[in-house]
Order: sequence, then structure tokens, then C-alpha cells
Amino acid sequence: MTINIYIARETSARSVGADHIAQQLQALTQQAGLDIDIIRHGSRGMTWLEPLLEVDTAQGRVAYGPVTPDDLNGLLGAEFYLGKPHELGHGLTEQLSYFAVQRRVTFNRCGLVAAGSVDDYRAHDGFVGLKRALQMAPQQIIDEITQSGLRGRGGAGFPTGSKWQTVANTPSEQKYIICNADEGDSGTFSDRLLMEGDPLALIEGMMIAGRAVGADAGVIYLRSEYPLAAELLSDAITAAREAGWLGNAIQGCDFDFDLELRSGAGSYVCGEETAMLESLEGKRGQVRCKPPLPASKGLWQKPSVINNVITLATVPAILAGGASAYAELGVDRSRGTLPFQLAGNIKHGGLVEVPFGLTLRELIFAIGGGTASGRPVRAVQVGGPLGAYFPVSLLDTALDYEIFTALDGSVGHGGIVVFDDTVDMARQARFAMEFCAVESCGKCTPCRIGSVRGVELLDQIIVDRNAQAERNEQSFELLADLCATMTNTSLCGMGRMTPSPVRSALKYFSEDFYQAAP
Amino acid sequence: MIKEKDFGTPPSPARERVNLTIDGMALQVPQGTSVMRAAAESDIDIPKLCATDSLKAFGSCRLCLVEIEGQQGMPASCTTSVTEGMVVRTRSEQLNRARRGVMELYISDHPLACATCPAKGDCELQDRAEELGLSESRYGCDGMNHVALETDTSNPYFTFDPSKCIVCSRCVRACDEVQGTFALTIRDRGFSSIVSPGPEENFLASECVSCGACVQACPTATLLENSVIKYGQPERSVITTCAYCGVGCSFRAEMKGDQLVRMVPYKDGQANHGHGCIKGRFAFGYAHHPDRVLKPMLREKTSDEWREVEWHEAIEFVASRFKAIQAEYGSKSIGGITSSRCTNEEVWVVQKLIRAGFKNNNVDTCARVCHAPTGYGLKQTLGTSAGTQNFDSVLNADVIILIGSNPTAAHPVFAAQMKRRLRAGARLIVIDPRSIELVRSPHIKARYHLQLLPGTNVAMINAFAHVVVTEGLVAEDYVAARCEPESFAAWRDFVSRPEHSPEAVSRVTGVAAEQIRAAARLYAEGPRSAIYYGLGVTEHSQGSTMVMGMANLAMATGNLGYTGTGINPMRGQNNVQGSCDMGSFPHELPDYRPVSDDSVRATFEAAWQVELDSEPGLRIPNMFAAALAGKYRGIYIQGEDVAQSDPDTQHVEAALSAMDCVVVQDLFLNQTSRFAHVFLPGTSFLEKDGTFTNAERRINRVRPLMPTQTGKAEWQVTQALANAMGYPMNYADAAQIMTEIAALTPSFAGVSFAHLDAVGSVQWPCNETALMGTPIMHVGQFVRGKGRFMLTEFVPTDERANRRFPLLMTTGRILSQYNVGAQTRRTANSTWSPEDVLEVHPHDAQLRGIAEGDLVAVRSRKGETTLHATLTERVPPGVVYTTFHHPETGANILTTDYADWATDCPEYKVTAVEVAPASRPTEWQQRVHGAG
Repeated sequence: MTINIYIARETSARSVGADHIAQQLQALTQQAGLDIDIIRHGSRGMTWLEPLLEVDTAQGRVAYGPVTPDDLNGLLGAEFYLGKPHELGHGLTEQLSYFAVQRRVTFNRCGLVAAGSVDDYRAHDGFVGLKRALQMAPQQIIDEITQSGLRGRGGAGFPTGSKWQTVANTPSEQKYIICNADEGDSGTFSDRLLMEGDPLALIEGMMIAGRAVGADAGVIYLRSEYPLAAELLSDAITAAREAGWLGNAIQGCDFDFDLELRSGAGSYVCGEETAMLESLEGKRGQVRCKPPLPASKGLWQKPSVINNVITLATVPAILAGGASAYAELGVDRSRGTLPFQLAGNIKHGGLVEVPFGLTLRELIFAIGGGTASGRPVRAVQVGGPLGAYFPVSLLDTALDYEIFTALDGSVGHGGIVVFDDTVDMARQARFAMEFCAVESCGKCTPCRIGSVRGVELLDQIIVDRNAQAERNEQSFELLADLCATMTNTSLCGMGRMTPSPVRSALKYFSEDFYQAAP
Repeated sequence: MIKEKDFGTPPSPARERVNLTIDGMALQVPQGTSVMRAAAESDIDIPKLCATDSLKAFGSCRLCLVEIEGQQGMPASCTTSVTEGMVVRTRSEQLNRARRGVMELYISDHPLACATCPAKGDCELQDRAEELGLSESRYGCDGMNHVALETDTSNPYFTFDPSKCIVCSRCVRACDEVQGTFALTIRDRGFSSIVSPGPEENFLASECVSCGACVQACPTATLLENSVIKYGQPERSVITTCAYCGVGCSFRAEMKGDQLVRMVPYKDGQANHGHGCIKGRFAFGYAHHPDRVLKPMLREKTSDEWREVEWHEAIEFVASRFKAIQAEYGSKSIGGITSSRCTNEEVWVVQKLIRAGFKNNNVDTCARVCHAPTGYGLKQTLGTSAGTQNFDSVLNADVIILIGSNPTAAHPVFAAQMKRRLRAGARLIVIDPRSIELVRSPHIKARYHLQLLPGTNVAMINAFAHVVVTEGLVAEDYVAARCEPESFAAWRDFVSRPEHSPEAVSRVTGVAAEQIRAAARLYAEGPRSAIYYGLGVTEHSQGSTMVMGMANLAMATGNLGYTGTGINPMRGQNNVQGSCDMGSFPHELPDYRPVSDDSVRATFEAAWQVELDSEPGLRIPNMFAAALAGKYRGIYIQGEDVAQSDPDTQHVEAALSAMDCVVVQDLFLNQTSRFAHVFLPGTSFLEKDGTFTNAERRINRVRPLMPTQTGKAEWQVTQALANAMGYPMNYADAAQIMTEIAALTPSFAGVSFAHLDAVGSVQWPCNETALMGTPIMHVGQFVRGKGRFMLTEFVPTDERANRRFPLLMTTGRILSQYNVGAQTRRTANSTWSPEDVLEVHPHDAQLRGIAEGDLVAVRSRKGETTLHATLTERVPPGVVYTTFHHPETGANILTTDYADWATDCPEYKVTAVEVAPASRPTEWQQRVHGAG
């Protein structure tokens, strides 16, 4: 009987040698005359175990990792392919505590299905949501999404149902569903994992959105640095089209929908929705003024739903399982789950989909296992490069949109980057300004010039600090004024949020700005 | 100084009004108005840098922030529209802090040299900083900056100094939104963002057309006229009208003493709405060119040297010669030509001098060689000799047909307006042998380009009509209500004939039948379809036929009498409409009334106290023919260079040589003055007081910026000549001439300088029922009553290509030169176009062994010239193209004496030629121009 061994075909697994492991294993098992099929699905999200080998057994998949080429002979000798013990073995994948504590809604198929296989997808409840949606009135679909409490997972947390409602209510011959897949926040990768592991979920979500608002065209704006995702998405689109799930009169219904994959322009700002629209229209990636909102005048001035990958990929599960099942998860106004991404100095980095309401401490220690260096945690940045830094004293903060906002932070796209006690927070503050300076589109003055002045001010502060010079209050006053100017006057979230990590660093780690490191 | 208020964002066209409160003041403004504009209209000025009311709101400078009750944060007032009940505060400590915070950042990247900056006193950054009480920045000047960036001085008219740039994108947006050239961009991003004309080029090498919209839009000294850098900031200004093309742009001429510093397109100008072009905005230097002749000159024989004389001597010399000629050869042996470059008042007195002083009707005008067929064709069908619309009408057109007109070169400011409409979705049909810019340019693509063979316009328009009639696309109700049933029925039968079908016509025009059918359907379906045309229609043996053919088509489809529709001649010269209106044709008194009509003549006889000749006079070609026959011996030529601009140069020169007294009144010695006995120095438009009438019948004031350089206004010269000839004229000023024009010209009845000064401009007819003028003609009914369909049989021109002359040459214009080039060749415009070149299709060039830039000889049945060739697919195989801006080329040495059957308008657009490589210029070029 053929034995199935799973090795992820996914960018982070590849980056640590998964492709090489797969080739080696193929060669070795052939030599040994073993009947083994190596299957390349998406990732299970446990980046810390990559390259991860999983073996199908009667009890379920058994995990081994991280595997180096040198480990392969030993694994084969131990007959790992029969699920037998080995020092790299972790038992059943889904019983790993890292995995077991998760509540996978959006990522429930990831790692279990072949990316471009409609059959696999359907065998794992794919298109159940769409089929239900096709039997509903468009307004009912929107109501369902509204009741689920789903909010924009790209970072802004805007209620998805309201956005769809606006587009549905705006009369137009042409409307668009646009997927923002320009995932650019440092420490985030959930969009990529989803697109590489379960691209049809995204496609199905976009179709349901199209049905709900009356759009027959979709565009995925994909980060240009994601070539594998591009390949897999493109294959999935072709497969869906060939199987009659995209195109005209889908599944015999009065519903047309097709979509196009577009490559991003290598600019962080193009992840800002209006800059993305400009980029899609072939223009310089520069932010538009709002209003008008894209929901009323979006791509080519037509009403457009713009949602993040995770938002759209969650939609099929909500339609399939019902709004209330999703809304039961989470807390207060943060309903459902969020695929958090643990990164930075963390022992067990990877993707963790859990309901809102867990604390940072639970995520970092109970699931993430603390720092990779073994040193104490000192700071945690949540929500990407423009998110606030949290000190240890705030680690019991629950992951909830409103609670984070109240602390001048942001859950953002769910990226969590951990730093140990060797971090220089003045340099981190400088990094925030530098990131803004590098990525600013240059349209508005506070962001264009302010970020550069911010870098210069922090450089001066660091020079003064290192020289143990007397602290220059004027620099700090000017930095505070600059932060206020950027926050209050910038055109888009980029310039407005850049001061957030700077301010939190100054607030919680002020000593780093005055005292040279020992 | 006239300062035009900048409201920050364009006005809203909405009718519904919205109530709001700004700084405690209750206001009502149209829906869709920005908070910024609403405030500005009530003189509450919110600080701004990136906003200007010619451009859409952009929201980048972040100075115009306001507080709005019920809204979080400080929204930008430029990008926020008013809503009912909105309560806005434009001043608060918070706003002040935010604005100062932004301004400090601007100052941290700007040279602190206001005191020595050429824009000092005219810099919005300086003004805003002062208002906010900031002269320096706490960030200091040591940080990263752009202060050391190099200045681009490649363009002869303006300088680009990026060190002063605040990256507001106003220049880029002006290039895109106002001019539609899309030459500028912001290169790079973030702090490195920099305005750039193309990826690598400097301004001169880029696609920039030097319209100057960017210079006008720039709030700092980054883009600044060289004349301002040279002469300093202007101190006074005068509103006047451009003297180049028929668009007739209004300008604010800005002066320092008697020095013209710059021309700024006037926002309230109804023809141009604040836009200009390379000619109008920049090419005014000819007015002070050393070639300018400022003293009268005369000579006994044309072989003598010129002799400067006093005015009275010159006038007496002319009068005595003219009187002597008339005494010997009869009263009809002299005449004159009026100028389409002069004011209505100047033209009026010349035609009056001829009719009342010379006592004949030997007056003609250069419209003879351009738009005479327009006057004839539209008069026959619609009843009036002028275009039917205002320029703004194009903004309401759904379908635009452009026939034989290249507006981006010849009428650039109107072209910019048309391009705006095309970018907004109107569909374009180009009918032209040549692939003009509008066929394909940034964000514009003609739906159809019917690239017909030169000389086949009438066949094409008949095919359009055939499709309309045979496919049931006639606007039957409109035709029934407004047109003559008999002439319509005859026309319907005529165009229905199979020889007019696109399939049949395809063989003649060289255009596929399906293309013709599709284009005709598009025009008929509109719903609002407009025809714009130029000399490519009129300058043919069937020019008048074609004009009538277009009028037929427009009537049959109901496309007359509404905005967005119409028949629109793109008239070439600033006052060609006016000079025609003023009675410059030999068979018509002012307002196109026949000289043969006793009652019309009686009106003028009573007013002028003289008996008028009832017999039409000579047209220009007849004058030349009569001269060669010895019967026409004296001519007074007001501002026209017939020896360069009229066809068949050798014939013209022979005719001029045969005369006893040729009087030229002009700014410069020219080709015609080589044959003149008297030269009367003219005045430039900067010295004139009067009016011009543009292509949309708009009468606009021309105001003097400075005293005349010659000591006399041109009308005073004509008046002196009249008096010397024995016919008294006693106008005290130009306004008095207009008073007489208004009294004797029904369509000008309501016009006076005082009225124009009060309302800006009016489109004729302007009378007691339409004091504000008439933007759209033929509303409700045609001027002649019922619209008349005319039969338009296609008769091919006798000028044919054959084995000896296998190519068809057609002529046109380029952007930087104007007409015979007398003005533009004397400016830096020649940087772009130092000579006429011949466009040849690469296929034709290859057959003849011609390479890019080669000197080639062009031979026609009439003559030969040489010029340099350029290889381009803008022309189809079999067709070559050139311009006639340079006398050294003398393109009209080639053109023939074939002409429009009705009006004698020459057939400039079709000349059979052969082209061959040449080693040296022709003998005549070497003799006349010393070229070698």
C-alpha cells in the first residue's frame, strides 16, 4: 500500500529547505524500494517545525521536524513512514498543543488539500458556502455577514457587512470585488499561507461577495514578492474556471463571475486601498483622498468591495456554518477568529488561528513558548511596523480591536513580533520612521518630509545618548510635535500611524532614549 | 495689478443648494462644492498650497485642514464636500498648531533665500509661511534636502528649479487635467519624489508642448517664466486678447513700466478659461524685434532702396499715385486687401476707404484663401456665415467628428478642451489623410480614423449621408419641423443613390466601407454629435460643397441648435471671423449683405454720405489676373503676405510686379514688400485698441498695453489716407468706429466698448434681444427660416497624380509656428521648428532613396523647391505633407491655381508632386534667400 508523506509546498518551508528534503526523500525511498507518495500541500502553519514531514497513519498524520537532510537516513531507519517514533517525532500533528489550542475556521483546510484541486476542495466542504449563497437573496448574504460580526482582517477592522452594504446600495452597471493581497507588514504571513495552502477559499469568498453586491468581476492584487502564491493562485483560478466555478452561468445559476490576478508594484503603500486602486489603474501608487470611499467610487470610479485575503477567505466558512456559529467565537465587538502570526524572537513561530480574547501572554508563552533566545521578553510589537510596542506589563492585554485601540495600539493584521531584553528601543523607534521614509508614496507633506526629519531627530537622540551627553529636551519636544503633526495631518494611515511605535517606545521604554546600553 | 481670486477647487455645476455654517457665517452654496471653495466665496480664505481652482482637489499639502462638528480629526477642506447643516471652523489653536507643524516641514526643505528669489512677492509658500508667522524651522537646514538640485534651463521660455519644489503636483496635474499632454510626472517616491518631464529628459527634450500651464500652476519659483527672472515681478496688468489663432484667448498682460513681463491666460476669458499655448503665452517677443519697421518708407521703383519718410509724405505719395491711377485707368483700377490679423475697427475703416474713398468694391480678405467656403456653405444651408456653437459646447458632445483640422497644432487651447471631453468619454471620429495627434495620444484614441485620400471629402460625406438615409437614422421629426421638405426630399433621393454607398465610395476614398458605415452610425446615434473642421475641408476645389455636405448631415440627424452639436469651423486667424463680418468681401457689405441690394446700399450711403458702387468688386485672384492684364494697378494690402501665403507664388509675384503702386502695411518687411512701393508700419496687438472676433463669434476687447511704436494707430493711417484721397474720416478713437459698426451691422447692434468692458465678451448676434450675445445659433429655427438641403455631387479635382507627379502633397500647420511665421519665426519658438520639413512615408522614401533628414526636391506642375525630409507613418503611402511657415521653403511655389468653384478658395490641400533627393537648394531659393 502506498504511504502518503506530506511536505509543504509553501514559501517559508521552502526557505528552510523543504524542496531539497522532498527530493532527497524521494531518491532515498526509491532506492529502498518503498512505495511512498510525497504530497506537496500547503503549510500547517507551524513554521518552527519546518521542514516538517507528516505521515498518514490510521490515527491521523504524524509529525516529524524540523528535518535536515542529515536526518533522513535516521528517519528511514526508524521507519518513520509507518509513524514510528524518532527523536524528531511529535506524535499526531493535530494533537500537538500548538495546533490543538487553535480554532481553525479560515485555515481549516490549509495543509489538507492540494492548492489547485477543485475535487480536493469540494471533498473538504469547499463551495458549500457559495452553494448556499446562490440560493439566498443578495441582501440575505450581506445580512449573514453582518450578523457574523466579521471585520476587515487587513488591519482597519471595518465591519465587512457594512462595506458590502454600501457597494450593494450604490447603483452601477459595473462593480468590482478586489482582494487586497499586498501583504507587506513585517512579521505577517497569514495571507500568503492561505493563498499557498487553500487558494480556492479566497476565490469562493470573492464569488460570494460578488453575488452579494452584484459584481461580476474580481481582481486579486498580489504582492509581487509572492511568486509561489502567484503560481498557485493562478492555477487555482484556471482549475475553477475549467470546472465551471468561474465564468458565466456558474453551476447553471444566473450568476457570472470571473477574476484576474494582478501583480503588485513593490510598494508598501500600494497595500493602502486607494493607492492600490491607482496602481491597478496603471498609475503611480499614490494615495487618493477619501471621500469618495472605494465602496462608492473605487476601481475605475466604480463601486468596489476591497477586502483583505483573510476576510474574503473567511466568508465561505461563515456561509457554510452560519453567522451565529462564527459570532459565537470571540469577545465583545471582536467576533470570530483571527489567524495571528508569531514572529521575531519567539521559540515557536508560526500561524495560530484563535478566537479573539486570548491575551498576548497566552499567545507568546503558552503557544509560542517564549523567546527563541531564551532571554526574557522585553517588548512586543503588534499589528505590523506601524503598530505599538507593548511592554511586559501589558502582556495580559486581551486581543480585541477596541482594547488595543484604547491603548494607542492596533491588532492590525495579527502580526506579533517579539523582542527580548537585548532590544534597543530607540533604534526600533528610528526603524519606524525609517520604514515610513522608505515606503512613503510622497504625496502628503507630513509623511514625505516628516518621516525623514523623524529619522534625523532619532539619530541625533541616539548620538546624544551614546555620547552620554545631557539630554536635549528640545529634540524630544520637537519629536513629540512631529509625531502630533504626522498623526493629525497625514493623508493616509501610513503617516498617521508611524508615530504609534515611536510614541509607545518613548512611553514604555524611555530609558533607552537617555541611557546608553550597558 | 489685476489679481484673480483662487477659490481652491473648481465650481460645482449642481443646481441644488446646501446650507452650512463656516466660522459662524451662514452660507448657501451648490451641492458638491468643497468646504474650501464655499469658504473662499465668502472671503474666508483657508490656507492652501496644493489646491488651485483650475484643478481637481488633491489633498496633499495638508494645510487646508478644518474642524467639522461631528467629525473626527481635521479633514482637508479641499477634498471635503459641503453637506446640509455642516458646521465648519477654519480657525482654532489646534488648526494653527497643525498648519504650523506642516509648514515647518516645508521650510526645512526649502532654500531660505526669499529676499533674492525671483518669485518674491508672488510665492504662495512665502505668503502662507508669513501668515502662519514662520520664517524658519526648528528642524534647521542641515537635514536631508533638495536645495542642491540642478536647475533645468533647457526650455527657452521658463526655468525649472527643483530646489524650490514643494511637490504639490500642481504642475503635473495641470499638464494632465488642463492641457492633457501628460508630459510631467512625479519620479521616485517619498522624500525622493521629484517633478520630472519624462523619465530622463529635460523639459526641452520631453513631450512638453510648452503650453505653460505648469508654470502658471506652480505656487513657488520652481517653474517660472524666464522673462520674470529677467525683468522682475510685474507691476501692472491689462486684460487683452491674443493675436494668434482663432481661439482668441484672453490674457492678463503683466507689465513693468512699458516692458511686457509675461502673458497669463485670464481665468474669466470665456474662450480659454485660463489656459494658453506656447504661442499666446510666450511668443510675444516679436513685437520688439529689431526687424520691426517703425517708420514709413517709400521708393519710386521696387528696384530702388527704401527711404524712410514722415507719415504725411507717405500718405500723400500713396494718395497721389492712387488718384493718378484712377484718373488714367478708371475708378476700378485700384483696391485693397483687409487683414484678418487686425482689429474689427481697423478692417472696417479699410473696407470703408475702398468702398467710399476708392468708390469701388475691390476689397477682399485673406479669408478668401481659408474659410470663404465656410461663409458660403453655411449661408446657403443655415443662413449665417459662421460657426454654430460656442467652444464650451464641446463639453456636452457625445460624438465628435474632426475633419481636416489638427487642433492640437493649430488651435491648441481649444484642443485641450476637446481632449478633456474625450478623456471623459466622448467618442471621436477623425477624417484626415494624415494621422494627427488626436488619432492616438495619451488617454485618447479615436474610435475611427478614416484616412481618406486628399481631395475625396465630398465622396466621404455623401457616404455618411447615404448610411444615415438608407439605414433609417434620419431625425425625421426634427427635419419635418425645421427643414424645407422639398430640398430634403431631393437630397434624400440624391444621397440614396448607390454611387454614394460606402461600398462604392470606398474605392474613391481608400477607406473600408465598414469603417465608413460604423462611423456614420456612431455620428447619427450621438445623441449629441458635433462636427469640427478646418482648412482640410475648405481648401479644396469642392470646399463649399463639403461645407454644405456637413450641414446637410447635421440637419438630417438633428445636430444643430443645441449645445454639444453643431458645425464648427476652426478658424485660423485671430480675427478672420471679424474681418469677414466687417464687410471685407467684394460682393458683400458688412454683415454679409449684398452690395447689389439697393436698400442695403442706401443705408450705408446715408450713413457715409457717399454713393456706393452696386457692382461686386474683384476677388484676390481676380485682382492678380486683372493686374497681369494691366487693368488693376494699385493695391493697399493691410497685414497679409500674399507672396508667401497665396498659391502659385510665381503668378502672384508677376501680378504684384505689374502694378504701379503696391502699398504694404505690416510689422515687418516680408515677401510681398519686395514688390511694394510704400511700406506703412503697422502696430502689434500690444499697441492696438479695438476688438477681435474669434471662431465662435466672440467679440473680445484688445486693449493697448503701451503707446504705438510708430506714432499712429493703424486706423489713423487708413483715416489719413481716406482724407488724402478726398473722403473725410474723423474718428477720434477706436470706440467711435465700433459705434458706427454697431449702428450699421445688425448682428453687432448691441456691441460697444463700454458694453464689452462691462460684460467681458459677447458672441454675435448681440442686439437688443440678445444683449449678452448668442452662444448657440439656430436654436428653435434656422437663421434663414427652414434649413435648406443642398445637393453635393462629388466632382474629383482636376489636380491628379500621374506618372510624372505620383504623390499628393497636402499642407498644414505645426504647433510652434503660426501662418507665414512673421511673428513666431522672430521668437524662440523656432527652437522647436527652425524650418519646414517634408513628411514622407518610409515606403515612398525607400523607393526614392530618401533617408531621414535628407535634402529633397519637390516638384509640382507649378514649380519646385527643396527642403529636408522626415520619414514618418503619420502620412499614408502616396501622400506627402509640409507646412508653409518659412519663406525659405516657399511651399506655395508648388501649389496650383485650382480653387473652390464657389469662392475661389485655393486648393492648397491637393498638389500632385514628385520628390527626389537633392544636392542643393533651387536656383530661386539661392537667389531670394541666399540659401546654399
